[in-house]
Amino acid sequence: MSATTESLDRRENVAAVGGVNYALLRRQRFIEKTAGYILLVCAAVSVLTTVGIAIILLTEAIQFFRTESVFRFLTGTRWTALFEFDQSFGVLALVSATMMITFIAMLVAMPAGLMSAIYLSEYASERSRTILKPTLELLAGIPTIIYGYFALSFITPNLIQRIFPGASVFNVLSAGLAVGIMIIPLVASLSEDAIRAVPRAMREGAYAMGATKFEVSTRVIVPAALSGIVASFILAASRAVGETMIVALAAGSKAQIASDPLQPAQTMTGYIVQVVSGDVVRGTNVYYSLYAVGLLLFLMTLGLNIFSHWFVRRFREVYE
Amino acid sequence: MTAGVPPAPVEGLTSTPNLKRRQSIAAIGRWIFILATAFAIVALGALAWYIISRGWGALSWGLLTNPPSRRPERAGLNLAIYGTLWIISLTVLIAFPMGVAAAIYLEEYAPKNRWTRMLQINISNLAGVPSVVYGLLGLGIFVEWLSLGRVVLAGALTMALLSLPVIIISTQEALKAVPWSLRESAYGVGATRWQVTASHVLPAAFPAILTGAILAVSRAIGETAPLLVAGAAGFVTRRPDSFDDSYTTIPIQLYNWMARPQKEFLDLAAAGIIVLMGLLVLMNSFAIILRQHYSKKTRW
Repeated sequence: MSATTESLDRRENVAAVGGVNYALLRRQRFIEKTAGYILLVCAAVSVLTTVGIAIILLTEAIQFFRTESVFRFLTGTRWTALFEFDQSFGVLALVSATMMITFIAMLVAMPAGLMSAIYLSEYASERSRTILKPTLELLAGIPTIIYGYFALSFITPNLIQRIFPGASVFNVLSAGLAVGIMIIPLVASLSEDAIRAVPRAMREGAYAMGATKFEVSTRVIVPAALSGIVASFILAASRAVGETMIVALAAGSKAQIASDPLQPAQTMTGYIVQVVSGDVVRGTNVYYSLYAVGLLLFLMTLGLNIFSHWFVRRFREVYE
Repeated sequence: MTAGVPPAPVEGLTSTPNLKRRQSIAAIGRWIFILATAFAIVALGALAWYIISRGWGALSWGLLTNPPSRRPERAGLNLAIYGTLWIISLTVLIAFPMGVAAAIYLEEYAPKNRWTRMLQINISNLAGVPSVVYGLLGLGIFVEWLSLGRVVLAGALTMALLSLPVIIISTQEALKAVPWSLRESAYGVGATRWQVTASHVLPAAFPAILTGAILAVSRAIGETAPLLVAGAAGFVTRRPDSFDDSYTTIPIQLYNWMARPQKEFLDLAAAGIIVLMGLLVLMNSFAIILRQHYSKKTRW
């Protein structure tokens, strides 16, 4: 570095003992140490973020559970948090809607994502790959509020209400389809990584036995990449559980046990958005309920993420 | 290869009903894969076509220059654009140096031990936390505990924490791509770790770091839920001029319009989406150009 040569040239600064510039060494050691500490502090911010999330969710949720029983919260099926009288916080109503939307989304994203991953890695020519892959990635870059708009003002009136005339303006199916489309690229790109990690020799072995491309794809490659594929499904489900704007716009704000996909239902994230869209004052039960719901949401997505990492580690087929 | 002897014809391999069946299954399978890939592309096309055809008529300069209004013909994104600029520039100022520093620590400095591994797992878990939970973090800590209020600074800090893991991970990828020989050549002439990092590794990885950061920022621009929770205002009347002004952002203004029953507001929202997507496409193409420009120049 120029700073080094510069100070070496300034002979009067050199406290030369046996040709060693101690002043320079001391300075460098100081810079070295300081840089190391500053970098460490920045890395520690990520730990602080986790601690911050845990503390704020726990402390505010504990405030909530001072007046509401944990048991009734987790097992109740009636959610009437914003009623003036007869407030009831049975979170299963919200959880059921989250589950149903996630389920519908996975029905869309698993087949579409996995099959496009197979197509991209096994069938597509290099040229169509260079067009198709960025196009899929484009889907992942679209802000979710745009999907929400699409679900509310296109999918519902032009698809769902045409096929099922009785469907409500806000409905679970529409939100689920839009969430599904949104997570296709996630499934596709993670599955494709897993598929590409399957060694060439396995494909060639199967082809040499006379297998068709379809047989190679479905009977050799998919089983070999299964751990990565399942992990991509789990991560996508976690993303669907946490998805907020699509469900807030398209699924409606009627908290009830979701049973009919053509009817509105409110998810955990949808409830959070509904509350913060109004006037929410700290200290009220409704404010603290945000954190109780948020804590449950956080634990669910964290559980899914950890499960997916564990799944890859546990079931990965290792090839030389 | 032993040449000369032709392989004996295998009985039944050439045209049995079984082979025909397998081949037609393969042909059908191929089409199923093509259709599945096409499904996503068609969905993207339908979305783009719908938004453009609906919003095109409502596009106007007024959309960019008008403040929000209760009357759709006079409503615009002007104040939301300022809000987005404030939030995003502060987010970048906080999250970019911090994220790059954290990544440098993990890739160049950290000892390979249990703590480092836990730090790494922690970061990848943070990247999987739903954005609305970051909103709750921002509301609880910045808005309420630190009493910043529902202002630009609280929103920017929230978005910075949200973007941090993404920036760290993409920077780490960029640093990993720098070959070891480059570091070793610098160590070989007696450079210290910081000198190696600052003079060799960072310049080599910088284009990739920047590309990752631009993608992280363009994701942050479209985020709605965290700022909605962490206190962006539904309706603002004046331009944010400092950190402690209330604000709204483009996606939140759009959400506001989408939640209204009037058809005109929904048209306006579509036009606003075109503006937002235009901004994102601009940023992404900049990132792509940057990547291509530098990937041509660098050869390891």
